[in-house]
Amino acid sequence: MKYQSQKIALAYFLVAMALFAVQVTMGLVLGWIYVDGNFLTEVLPFNVARMLHTNSLIVWLLLGFFGAAYYLIPEETEREIHSSKLAYLQLAIFVLGTAGVVVTYFFNLFEGNFLLGREGREFLEQPRWVKAGIVVAALIFLYNVSMTVLAGKKTAITNILLLGLWGLALLFLFAFVNPSNLALDKMYWWYVVHLWVEGTWELVMASILAFLMLKLTGVDREVVEKWLYVIAALALFSGILGTGHHYYWIGTPGYWQWIGSIFSSLEVVPFFAMMSFAFVMVWKGRRDHPNKAALLWSLGCATLAFFGAGVWGFLHTLHGVNYYSHGTQITAAHGHLAFYGAYVCLNLAIISYAMPHLKGRDPYNQVLNMASFWLMSGGVVFMTFTLTFAGTVQTHLQRVNGEAFMDVQDQLWVFYAMRFGSGVAVVLGALLFIYAILVPRREVVTPGPLEKGRLDHDADHVAAE
Amino acid sequence: MTDQATDRPSALDQLPGELMMWVLIVSELLVFGAGLAAFLAVRITDPAGFAEAQGHLHRAGAGVNTIVLVTSGWLAALAVQAAEAGRPGRLRALVAGAIALGAVFLVLKGAEYADLAHAGITFETHAFFTFSYLLTGFHAAHVMAGMILLAVVAVPASPRAVETGAAFWHMVDLVWVLLFPVVYLL
Repeated sequence: MKYQSQKIALAYFLVAMALFAVQVTMGLVLGWIYVDGNFLTEVLPFNVARMLHTNSLIVWLLLGFFGAAYYLIPEETEREIHSSKLAYLQLAIFVLGTAGVVVTYFFNLFEGNFLLGREGREFLEQPRWVKAGIVVAALIFLYNVSMTVLAGKKTAITNILLLGLWGLALLFLFAFVNPSNLALDKMYWWYVVHLWVEGTWELVMASILAFLMLKLTGVDREVVEKWLYVIAALALFSGILGTGHHYYWIGTPGYWQWIGSIFSSLEVVPFFAMMSFAFVMVWKGRRDHPNKAALLWSLGCATLAFFGAGVWGFLHTLHGVNYYSHGTQITAAHGHLAFYGAYVCLNLAIISYAMPHLKGRDPYNQVLNMASFWLMSGGVVFMTFTLTFAGTVQTHLQRVNGEAFMDVQDQLWVFYAMRFGSGVAVVLGALLFIYAILVPRREVVTPGPLEKGRLDHDADHVAAE
Repeated sequence: MTDQATDRPSALDQLPGELMMWVLIVSELLVFGAGLAAFLAVRITDPAGFAEAQGHLHRAGAGVNTIVLVTSGWLAALAVQAAEAGRPGRLRALVAGAIALGAVFLVLKGAEYADLAHAGITFETHAFFTFSYLLTGFHAAHVMAGMILLAVVAVPASPRAVETGAAFWHMVDLVWVLLFPVVYLL
């Protein structure tokens, strides 16, 4: 760690990982509700549990992005963060807001109150005081990182990262628009969430990935930057009008079917470019970085994002297909692999890379960390397949044969049981990851004869411990 | 990277203008290409309806517009030569001409839209009009963007900037030359 203020990232990553544990645990509860529909119905209604699952996901990913920004911006700009105090204040606001959201969802103490109550919406349900808190925290963050970047060295990585983070914060303002017309409500909601995950977050993803590639492979900055600009341009070109693929059936005009189909089909391109980028950089690389776990997560991120966001997205993005598959388990399959591949893996990659520096020790825990990658990724991929099959059967029974929703759900039981099993693997993997990051302090594997030989004869070779 | 690789300019570096412009051009061609392919595919389902709907468009006006836009592209190409020859005065006059022809194109296009609107024809009237409005409207938006871009690159007047602007303008040309037969004549 070259700069003291990079330490801020440690606090962000710790809170992010704690929320990650909460998020996947809530996912497991939901997975069981799919198996046994009456599980916890009185204490924890399904819609509340789902809101906690999705909202805690978004919050911990954002905290991870903020932590990543606080970690990499000092190194890129070659100066300390403008104000560490403000950064911790921002985190405190987020933690308070998150606690407020959980309490409000669970106990609903202020029903109908303009400032404190729920809004009666599906996803942007945070009470207004929390939304305002998020905006204040975002402003503090933007001020803090922008002042740092303005005063320091400007690189392509910080440019694209700031563009993504500014866009992300500004788009959240649409969360305050709450029209009584449900179609309009959904339309604005997609301005927030689609333009996040298929627009501005992709810029954040590309820049963090570029930073990791720069550090892990030692490829020239010039090469990394060229890729980064191309990926950012492709993401915005396809992603912005790609929003149209949410406007097929919500009451918006019919031409959205063609705008959405054409542009969102191209959304696979930036994800393919990111995957190619990661592998080409490793191929061209000239540094044997000891942190193999961070590299595994980076490559896993680019690959699973291509399949989850790119391929599984394209699977049901054409309006002729979506007419049948809309809102079935196909959507859930895509949602899980896309979020996991693109944004969960990205955060775990930067955490795996940064934590040894932040804690001032070698990356000792790599075998456990890499095991957690395979366990978690295997779990999510298995879950994706079970849900894809469930969705295919559901589409046929419900949308083609016209059977009733709950009758179809009964017939999908076997898929939901298998999905629960894969969920257990994901939760165990997540806990193993957190353990591997925080606890071990010694080497896990001693090098065998081959590796020893390389270590003895190749001065540049570093052991994977 | 080895020295050999850094010394030899890659194929990407040899492109005229900015690399990012070429990324944009390829993306645009993919979008318009997909739009035309979808148009032709839907047309198979209702050839008679499409032919009837097509009769409401201004074929002659679109033909004139093709000449207007191609001439404008020719002026832009001459402007690139002027920029490379270091003649900023001639360059700016040629760019102004290209922009003016772009404006003529938009006036003729606007007249057609006004007539269609007057006849009560909207996006929803027929699948043909959904596509013709989307494709030509999206193209007209690019004509506007191209006019602004040409004006912007004429300020520094460097060969690289003018090449970049002209590359975009030629893409706008090319797309029209593809749209015109498919939407107006087939």
